[in-house]
Amino acid sequence: MDAATAPPGPPPGRPVDPAPARPTGSPVGRRVVLGLVGLGAIGVVTGARVQDFLERTLGPVIAKDGTGVTALLPFGRFRIYTVTGSLPSRSPDEWSMRVGGLVDTPLRLTYDDLRAMEPTSLTRDFQCVTGWRVSDVAWRGVRLADVLDRAGVAGAARAVRFTSFDGAYTESLTLAQARRRDVIVAYEMEGSPLSRAHGGPVRLYVAPMYGYKSLKWLDGIEVTDRVVPGYWEQRGYDIDAWVGRSNGRDDEAT
Amino acid sequence: MDAVAATRPDPAGAEPDPAGIVRFDRTERLVHWTTAVLVLVLLATGAAMYAGPISTLVGRRELVKTVHVLAGLALPVPLLVGILMPRRGGGLRADARRINRFDAEDRRWLRPRRAARPGKFNAGQKLNASFLVAAGVVLLGTGVMMRWPGLWSVDLRTGATFVHDWFAIGVALSVTGHIVLALRDPIAFAGMRRGVVPARWARRTHPQWYEEVTGHPADRLAPNPQRETGVRR
Repeated sequence: MDAATAPPGPPPGRPVDPAPARPTGSPVGRRVVLGLVGLGAIGVVTGARVQDFLERTLGPVIAKDGTGVTALLPFGRFRIYTVTGSLPSRSPDEWSMRVGGLVDTPLRLTYDDLRAMEPTSLTRDFQCVTGWRVSDVAWRGVRLADVLDRAGVAGAARAVRFTSFDGAYTESLTLAQARRRDVIVAYEMEGSPLSRAHGGPVRLYVAPMYGYKSLKWLDGIEVTDRVVPGYWEQRGYDIDAWVGRSNGRDDEAT
Repeated sequence: MDAVAATRPDPAGAEPDPAGIVRFDRTERLVHWTTAVLVLVLLATGAAMYAGPISTLVGRRELVKTVHVLAGLALPVPLLVGILMPRRGGGLRADARRINRFDAEDRRWLRPRRAARPGKFNAGQKLNASFLVAAGVVLLGTGVMMRWPGLWSVDLRTGATFVHDWFAIGVALSVTGHIVLALRDPIAFAGMRRGVVPARWARRTHPQWYEEVTGHPADRLAPNPQRETGVRR
């Protein structure tokens, strides 16, 4: 190439990449782009059904996969949400829980105290308000109602507030919600002690509500005279978080 | 590497330029590297919200989400600015036209064990670039649906999350492959850092482009490597 014909800019003596003459060949690039964008649009419209199908057919397989490889696929699994910088850590020996507020006898329960209470088990779906759902999760713990009865709820009580040893997360239930038989203080999931990532050693599990009500790393229960909005509720989520009847969602009830 | 071309005189005198050939101009390199930073931020913050073990290490979901959304909204800006610049965007527009078109050599390249003579971009590079453009559009669209969920039905929101997840996995694989291939071919990698490649490299890996640029035939070196793999010195 003659240096004189090169456009200004690059150093002299270096042949410049010339613009290609007339484009030749078929516009495969454009077809690929349009095709994939179309595929994405179809996916948005049908994705809920496809996801549902995948979770029903492959979800149980993935839940039992010990290698953890399939855990990276986007269905049939828990996503771990934490609102603070690091994952809180407390061993069962270090753990204890205050039960206070409007109660007859404020308590401090240890892990062994909790284990000594009458256990209850339930197997229910876990539904996150962001859309993912894990089918048939087996939980074990004690009924929240039993814990409340042990401390004795005072007459002025209307609600229960929960705190986490992550130092930031809080949740609330009305007293009637807290007394439901499917609201438990859980210490086992899928037959094993609750792991740190899943809120261990002890968490709340509110079966009929979206996951954000099931506070992880539980360390405090306070009986109050009114509902105090929790962490996500101060950020716009519904306080009464029934699955399928709140947050503008219509998921199948858990 | 420039010395390589200088010390290997071609018998036919066809080695035109020891200093190298301009492969990517300043605009293209700026667009590439700003987009690269945004994509890496998006992949890292996306992984922190998506993959359990990383989520548990990083936490801070509110902050991670904010960074991800801002980087996502910024993603198309470098490419759009670059391609719309009347004069300085010329090289980028020319390469976009090249990537769009497939000729017989591209079809040959895609068939295993067939020697092909790629132009400036081989068929794999063209398909990958097209995939990434489409993935960018899809991820941005579904990301907006996820960030502002009030405007959509629950099924559409679930669908958007579903599509966002799968396309993100595709981009993660594509970017990983892109980085691995760049590390395996330091000359190609330097081409995106400094903009210039040795004529000899162009002649071996992109013979049609070499001919287009220099006007010299590229076919003296045989056999023609079909794909850009392996390190050449």
